[in-house]
Amino acid sequence: MTFLRRWAPPLLLITLVLAVWEVAVRAASVPAWLLPPPSAVGRTLVEERGLLLSNAAVTLSEVVLGFALALALGLALALLIDASPALDRAIYPLVVASQTVPVPAIAPLLLIWFGYGLLPKVLVTALVGFFPIVVSAVDGLRSADRETLSLLRAFGASRPQLFRKVRWPSALPSVFSGARIAIAVCVIGAVFGEFVGSKAGLGYLMTRAIAQFRTDRVIAAIVLLSLMGIGLFALVGAVERFALPWRRYTLDGVSGETRRR
Amino acid sequence: MPAVIQNASRAARPPAAVSVEQVTATYREDGRVLTALAGISLTLAPGEFVAVIGPSGSGKSTLLDLISGLVEPDAGEIRLGGTALPASARLGRCAYMHQRDLLLPWRTVVENAAIGLEVLGVARREAIEKAAARLRDVGLEGFANAYPAQLSGGMRQRVAFLRTILPGLPVLLLDEPFGALDALTRAELQEWLLELWERERQAVLLVTHDVDEAILLADRVLVFSPRPGRIADEARIELPRPRRRAIVTDPAFVAYKAAILADLEGVR
Repeated sequence: MTFLRRWAPPLLLITLVLAVWEVAVRAASVPAWLLPPPSAVGRTLVEERGLLLSNAAVTLSEVVLGFALALALGLALALLIDASPALDRAIYPLVVASQTVPVPAIAPLLLIWFGYGLLPKVLVTALVGFFPIVVSAVDGLRSADRETLSLLRAFGASRPQLFRKVRWPSALPSVFSGARIAIAVCVIGAVFGEFVGSKAGLGYLMTRAIAQFRTDRVIAAIVLLSLMGIGLFALVGAVERFALPWRRYTLDGVSGETRRR
Repeated sequence: MPAVIQNASRAARPPAAVSVEQVTATYREDGRVLTALAGISLTLAPGEFVAVIGPSGSGKSTLLDLISGLVEPDAGEIRLGGTALPASARLGRCAYMHQRDLLLPWRTVVENAAIGLEVLGVARREAIEKAAARLRDVGLEGFANAYPAQLSGGMRQRVAFLRTILPGLPVLLLDEPFGALDALTRAELQEWLLELWERERQAVLLVTHDVDEAILLADRVLVFSPRPGRIADEARIELPRPRRRAIVTDPAFVAYKAAILADLEGVR
């Protein structure tokens, strides 16, 4: 019953959209290169699954590696920014500036420097992914409850102890929020890296398919990218639930005291 | 009692657990310098229970911050166990408890209770074992692995209290510890605090707004005047111990209450 209540509305909506699409395309006799019906996309997904999946695997590895790099870089920068006001003033503007550099401008440069392989895609992916992680981690570290910190200081806690026992754990929910945003934009980053110049990946497949007017293949690649994004987003959420079991109780609102300010 | 013996017993008396001498504390607000406490002196004997009562803004909480070492006074001296110590050396010598329970939401009941010991250098595992062994004292057996969000306000405050007493520090600084609780839970926790304190006899400095609470629990009640905070009056509560809640209707209790309420009226 709960299963049905959870999944029936989205499935119903998707079915409806696909049905309207299918009927409209057939009724208006829209040519397949302009907009193929969903049934044609489905056929492509099944018939070309080998080609699609092998390219999806390339993109997935770029996303995962880029995200890992973004996470490591983002957390390291957040710790530095948090460590001293001088470092904060030095680093934070650069972090923000890095996001104003348009990825279309930087990606070709990475291509020139690092070639057509995996590395430039991983770097583009990390470049778009590290920003939400830095911002959320810095906010999280700064959001630790001041009264709790001073209570433990009265008990004699040192700065490292306060960090380990209070500030870092209270930053984690925020870090996970940043990671969920990051993983979603990392998928976009990897595809963009492939658009600019590559020999494999769903982005590469799409540029080729567009040139050949294989619109069905473009849409099939988009479907796979969406599924990849949803899956990775859910995976980060699952890791969060496992790592922060206590959040279940505070998010349910069983008691409001915990995060009262 | 002959004078000689009296002097001898005075000489042998252990030093005050806390002694605050001519302490002045200021703080800044909107660029102005305000005086929170103006030349306060008080002593807390070992095992003595002293309550501080006064209107808001009389520097009561500042007093606890000063003693704990979170704040250094602008003038005056603070002695713990007879030794004058700078703020940094006072940290870790008094157990502090606030009106908010300040439990860490990601720690279970035992882990929260153990954090004071952990901070003082006890290994995490050992600290947790010690906390678990005392859950019964605070009426929380069976809740060792519950998260704070699963507990009621009264239970959470008991965890906070266990965290306060577990390190066995000789001085407890309690800043309106039951102020956020409903009347019934507060009464229950007061009685329970009395029983626990009568067994352990730490020196306690309790800040409160509640006259009944002050008289019920304390040996002495200090009445503070508002900004700048000064001790306006002091009442020694000579009610017999062990005390229980029923005492609040005793004529002697009511007389203390009338006197302290009149004091509070006077300082406003």
